[in-house]
Amino acid sequence: MKYSNFMEVTFKALSVNEGFARVCVASFCVQLNPSVDEITDIKTAVSEAVTNCVVHAYPTSVKGDVTLRCELEDDMVTVIVSDKGVGIKDISKAREPFYTSKPSAERSGMGFTVMESFMDDVQVFSNSFGTTVKMTKKIAVAPAVKVG
Amino acid sequence: MQIKSRVHNEILYVLLCGELDEHSATYTRMTLDELFDKPNFRKIIIDLSELDFMDSTGIGVLIGRYKHMKDRNIPIFIANPSSHAEKIFKMTGLYSLMPKIV
Repeated sequence: MKYSNFMEVTFKALSVNEGFARVCVASFCVQLNPSVDEITDIKTAVSEAVTNCVVHAYPTSVKGDVTLRCELEDDMVTVIVSDKGVGIKDISKAREPFYTSKPSAERSGMGFTVMESFMDDVQVFSNSFGTTVKMTKKIAVAPAVKVG
Repeated sequence: MQIKSRVHNEILYVLLCGELDEHSATYTRMTLDELFDKPNFRKIIIDLSELDFMDSTGIGVLIGRYKHMKDRNIPIFIANPSSHAEKIFKMTGLYSLMPKIV
């Protein structure tokens, strides 16, 4: 039988919530017994996706929502980060390493590259009503400990 | 984020403690700029041994400081990065701007 679980939280697109989002997903994923490196990879990818919502999704001072969903299916983690913001005009361009729409703001333009490097798969869906980033990562099963 | 610093033998040592993300980026940027504005050093070493987390926002902050100091011809070096920070530095080529001190 497949193991299955999920959680979902919604919070305001404020930078102060980035740490909360990271810890939230990391705590939830602990039930799959991931390594420290795997948890750090997931936390970093979550941070990048949420940062994009905070910085880009709501350009006016009125900040909207970010929904963070995490699904576990056996040894597979899926993280879905979505907003109801202005959307990404050119997704391919946005995913290019070092591309940033805000070069004057000292942005590295490496957010999507980091997500792609630290997760197994990253999909981006966007239109003028919002953006959804869906990322998956397989957790390596820890070797069984021999007793006795 | 907490930032500690000291100058010894004309080297500015900076210790970053905590998490460097979008939330702490503005404070980190302002504090480093204040420290880097002083004239009493010829080299900077940024110690990351107490940095618990960093994402690509941190890379933007570091590259921004590099650009400022390049004009003054003051090199910046990175010390004690975690294996995680190291992964991001290698991915972004940061070490070509700020070499790692072993």
